[in-house]
Amino acid sequence: MSAPADIVIRVRGLEVGFDDHLVMNGLDLDLHRGEVLGFVGASGAGKSVLTRTILGLLPKRAGTIEADGRDLDTMTRVERGEVERRWGVLFQQGALFSNLTVKQNIQAGMREHLDISPRLRDELAMLKLALVGLPPDAANKLPSELSGGMIKRAALARALALDPDVLFLDEPTSGLDPIGAGEFDDLIATLQQTLGLTVFMVTHDLDSLFAICDRVAVLGRGKVIAIGAIPELLESKEPWIREYFHGKRGSGRLSAGPARGGR
Amino acid sequence: MAPEIASETSADGVVYALTGAWTLSAGARLERQADALVGGARDASRATLDISDIEGLDTAGAWILDRTRQSLTDMGVEATLVGARPEHAILLREARYRPTEEPARRGMHSPVALLADVGESVYGAGVDLLDGLAFLGRLVVVAIRVAAHPRRWRFTSAAFHLEMFSLRSAPIILMINFFVGAIVAQQGVFQLSRFGASSLTVDLVGILTLRELGVLLTAIMVAGRTGSAITAEIGAMNMREELDAMRVMALDPLEVLILPRVIALIVALPILTFLADFAALFGGMCVTWFYGVTPQAFITELQSPQSLMRFEIGMFKAPFLALTIAIIAAAEGFAVKGSAESLGSRVTASVVKSIFMVIVLDGVFAVFFAAINS
Repeated sequence: MSAPADIVIRVRGLEVGFDDHLVMNGLDLDLHRGEVLGFVGASGAGKSVLTRTILGLLPKRAGTIEADGRDLDTMTRVERGEVERRWGVLFQQGALFSNLTVKQNIQAGMREHLDISPRLRDELAMLKLALVGLPPDAANKLPSELSGGMIKRAALARALALDPDVLFLDEPTSGLDPIGAGEFDDLIATLQQTLGLTVFMVTHDLDSLFAICDRVAVLGRGKVIAIGAIPELLESKEPWIREYFHGKRGSGRLSAGPARGGR
Repeated sequence: MAPEIASETSADGVVYALTGAWTLSAGARLERQADALVGGARDASRATLDISDIEGLDTAGAWILDRTRQSLTDMGVEATLVGARPEHAILLREARYRPTEEPARRGMHSPVALLADVGESVYGAGVDLLDGLAFLGRLVVVAIRVAAHPRRWRFTSAAFHLEMFSLRSAPIILMINFFVGAIVAQQGVFQLSRFGASSLTVDLVGILTLRELGVLLTAIMVAGRTGSAITAEIGAMNMREELDAMRVMALDPLEVLILPRVIALIVALPILTFLADFAALFGGMCVTWFYGVTPQAFITELQSPQSLMRFEIGMFKAPFLALTIAIIAAAEGFAVKGSAESLGSRVTASVVKSIFMVIVLDGVFAVFFAAINS
């Protein structure tokens, strides 16, 4: 077990349920500083529930969630706000504010939390746009005028607006074509290395898992049933994991060999 | 720690030693420090920014440092950044200064734009009217097509919406019409007594509520309650491409969604108007009883052929008002674009236009009935 200082988010004994149905049943998870943690599981296993619970969007029944070694429950509202400012979230559908332009979307968090001049705010917004590979003329477009891939990029730019330490990505490559998905993977890898991000990525894209994830956690029966680097998971005897990586779609990728940044 | 700069002048130029965290959390201080540096180095021939001792750097900090370097260079000062740690060097490269090409902003704010807006909205009102008529035409075509195939009648959907539109709005409509009937009666007694004509109060209540107020108030309430719901529902489905999904399944949204709602509303509004009429008469009866007219006398007074005619005129108008409300609501729902703002403005437009058209149509009916002497 690593030293606590290396753990950005530590989840212990998490229980989350709806009515009489328990989705998370004593889940433990550590997110290490500077890693890219991929998160997989069958549809309906609760990947989104876990992400939303960590983000505080869903209430939990039991367990603790710690950020930088401090329990989120015992924090004051202000402290919690400071922690959340260090988190960037990319929602599956982008969740861009539909009546703001892309630039205003990126600046929304800056406006609320930072005391900086409008000039710097504009410059930073354009910088973030350039970082995620969007052309400058996308700045004044409304989300409804963007393509699916551009929405993802714009949403990523918004997630990066406040220079977060931790980036939560919910299925970042879903809905993108393979080339677009590959570029998005590269983009996340580059940003992660440049900005020193810790990335928590829910994904079903095997290519993403092989390309950019340092470790992969598998969710099943309300717990993390396996966690480790891809080669370790490939050895797993768990039926679902075997099926996932050695099934029709997984084995094709295997022959290419698992390697980080192997693209 | 806050970002700080210490300067040291040597023969070779000025060396600035930067310390502290050059990150976004420093906010405006970051900018002030950088501006001070640019101001101070104005006269130097060479400036060296030593960043080996800074505590932290993020994209904002990197941007500002490189921007500072660039502004110095632009002023003719030979500026260099030295001592960057490897991770900072990556950041500085990724967030290097580039002139922000400001894309053209949209929207102009000038008197001309205001005039253009006015012209556009007047033109838009005309287009809206034509669109509404076109929509009515399409609806009639769909209705005729469906009428020929009883299997495609959507009884369940129509019945469900009939319940939503009539039964669920009945309590509020009964209540407001009861109060309006009572107010009309009270004012009738009060004002007519000055002419010694308070015996006409019952007539007044009968004419006003049966012929005009009952149906009008009900239609306005339905426009606000049901029209807005239809627009929001269809609009949200439009935003989420559900209507497109229907179309590619060869389902016509007009037939599947709109027709049942239109039919339900055309049935619902007369029912509600009927209830409204009785609630208003009851309200009037309660008040006049208070002023000494017994319910028996009230009813006898009402029982005249004219009363029946007034009631029929009111009921006759109801389905036409219902059709107007339904068409406006549905057309606005189809006009919703991708944004939440558009949904909001369309729902508002739906309610405002429906109420406006209901009142205009009521006026047209008044002229019509006057012309045929009823």
